[in-house]
Amino acid sequence: MRHVISILVENKFGVLARITGLFSGRGFNIDTLNVGPTHVEGRSRITATLKGDDKSLDQCVKQLDKLIDVIDIQNFVEGEAVGRELVVVKVNADSRSRPEITQICDIFRGKIIDVSTDSLIVEVTGNESKLQAFLELIAPFGVLEQARTGTVSIRRGKLYN
Amino acid sequence: MNTQTIKEEQPLPEGEQGSAMNGADALVASLEREGVEVVFAYPGGASMELHQSLTRSKSIRTILPRQEQGGGFMAHGYARATGKAGVCMATSGPGATNLVTCIADAYMDSIPLIAITGQVYQQFIGKSAFQETDFFGMTLPVVKHSYLVLDAEDLPRVVKEAFYLAESGRPGPVVIDIPKDVQQAVFEPFFPAEVGDIPGYKLDLPKASDDELTEVLRLITEAKKPVLYTGGGIISADAHEELKEFAEVTGLPVTHTLMGLGVFDPAHPQSLYWYGMHGTVAGNWAVCESDLLLCAGARFDDRITGKVDKYAQEAYVIHFDVDKSEHSKNVHAHFPIRTDIKYALKRLCELAKEQGFQKPDLTEWFTSLDKWKEEQPFHYTKGEHITSQEAVEALYEESKGEAIITTGVGQHQMWAAQYYKFKEPRTYISSLGLGTMGFGYPAAIGVKVARPDKEVIDIDGDGSFLMNVQELATAKIEKINAKCLLLNNQHLGMVVQWEDRFYESVRGHTILCDLENIGGPDNLDAIYPDFITMAAGFGVKARRISKREDLRDGIREMLEADEPYLLEIIVPYTEHVLPMIPQGKSAKEILTD
Repeated sequence: MRHVISILVENKFGVLARITGLFSGRGFNIDTLNVGPTHVEGRSRITATLKGDDKSLDQCVKQLDKLIDVIDIQNFVEGEAVGRELVVVKVNADSRSRPEITQICDIFRGKIIDVSTDSLIVEVTGNESKLQAFLELIAPFGVLEQARTGTVSIRRGKLYN
Repeated sequence: MNTQTIKEEQPLPEGEQGSAMNGADALVASLEREGVEVVFAYPGGASMELHQSLTRSKSIRTILPRQEQGGGFMAHGYARATGKAGVCMATSGPGATNLVTCIADAYMDSIPLIAITGQVYQQFIGKSAFQETDFFGMTLPVVKHSYLVLDAEDLPRVVKEAFYLAESGRPGPVVIDIPKDVQQAVFEPFFPAEVGDIPGYKLDLPKASDDELTEVLRLITEAKKPVLYTGGGIISADAHEELKEFAEVTGLPVTHTLMGLGVFDPAHPQSLYWYGMHGTVAGNWAVCESDLLLCAGARFDDRITGKVDKYAQEAYVIHFDVDKSEHSKNVHAHFPIRTDIKYALKRLCELAKEQGFQKPDLTEWFTSLDKWKEEQPFHYTKGEHITSQEAVEALYEESKGEAIITTGVGQHQMWAAQYYKFKEPRTYISSLGLGTMGFGYPAAIGVKVARPDKEVIDIDGDGSFLMNVQELATAKIEKINAKCLLLNNQHLGMVVQWEDRFYESVRGHTILCDLENIGGPDNLDAIYPDFITMAAGFGVKARRISKREDLRDGIREMLEADEPYLLEIIVPYTEHVLPMIPQGKSAKEILTD
């Protein structure tokens, strides 16, 4: 099963290594990982998505919670949280294909952020399946480079505690 | 774009402003403020600054081990004997890597250990400098927490936190890695009086609710075959008295792990002593057949459970633990309770009294338990030669059961636990989770430093003892009166036992002497190495015994010695530790001969 784990941490060096080490030491492969500061100084949020059986992942989450630098940890179940990813992709585009790519881009509410004579860079945000659909449509034009963030996710509604 | 960042106002901490000093002095001053009496420290280029400061300390004794691992186990022994954090120190690179095993060991057995290491100058970090290793990175999976101190001003706070983290909650090891420039930086340190806020670590211990505990009492009342299973958590929480009271209030039979040896008097009628792979038949069978298993401060290790799906199949499992990650980790807990054990046991007794708790009628259950105890005690056969079991039993009698015992790892470790009946907590000190050979003698040195009033004896095997034999020098030079009862069978006995049972006695590198001329009680000339001469080289008194008529005399001589002493007993390698639950089997498949 796919899990989204959101970890609030103290922004100290080594914290990411402590966390990823707990996953890798148990044989979990992280699908996506995102780290960034929060609105509170000195605190960052890590969002990791990974697959694994519920029981061993639950144990892993408890171990993560024990880390001194981990302030809070949430294992989101389906529908409980909203999540978004961002992809930026450089595609082959000449004067003939440019309109079609632009059209696809519009449908996915993407943005063209760079144009050159023979390529475009497109930015799209959304959940995993939306990005997947977009990338499939764009693939025939020839993808030159691609960069993608991991999911960033946050619980719906008010903060519970 | 407008971004809002919340800055949390921190109140100014209380504490003491020190005068100008360098980082090393600030570290030592911080250790003194934590009440550290002794550090086990081996110097090197990146830590000599710390040693220079230690020479100036009036309250800290610095003991020089002969290898960093020895120092780590001395600190471990000290911590096990006292409950206070033990402190070891090493230089960067190889000095630090030699401590890794000690840190992993302390992590597995939840022992408060502070490992301080020197690190190369910050400007050389990451440059493959001489004696550089990423010690912070290397130890991440085996620490409760760790620090790489990049700013000398952080030192007093880091030390304060490190001790707090190591000793509180579920104890564990903490690493403090200090680059040499931080040790040399001169500044005016501020020594905080208290640990500040650690957002990810709750300073208060969790407490079970009265509702939870009332439900526990109700479940006990209804149980027909309840068992109380405890472990090292009782010792960490200093809760053995509460355990005894709770056991007596409820009338439950008590069994425990090796980590829990000494928490409950084996002579108590409710005691089933320790259980697991080589534990009592009664303890193993009781848990196996129980309908209610109350686990308090233990973690369902595989050496306890055997085959997990055959373990206590009928039991409703209540699991008290301060660490919630232990709940349902190995065995499903029907009723997990996150709590400080000492509080829970004490409160259970109070609630029992308030609520007029009625002990369940366990007459029938105890009839079975007593029968198993009587019919299947630990036993061995006296043959022509002294066996390890006989030697441990003789030591128990001659020392009146009052010594603190440390051990290496292997058969002797199990026999020590079987035939030296431990009545008091912190008297069986052994590497149980990690199972590190070579633990025994350095641990005994650390214990003796902590408890000079007690007789401290390492019961060891020849394989284990040789792994840290250099610490005889520490004992001799530092005048630390740690003894060793060396059970020499010229083999790696526990592996040999498995070879005999499961590998048709094919010896896969388990013989420690000349393969063509194996030493033993019938071939004394072939005994190798010559531990007596070795001890003489260290200036340590030693005696070899191979005949039964000398056994008691030899033990008495060792006990009377007012200095380090090695008593070597030549024993046959053919003995097996019994009972034994083979790996992957259940308690019902226990082998008794």
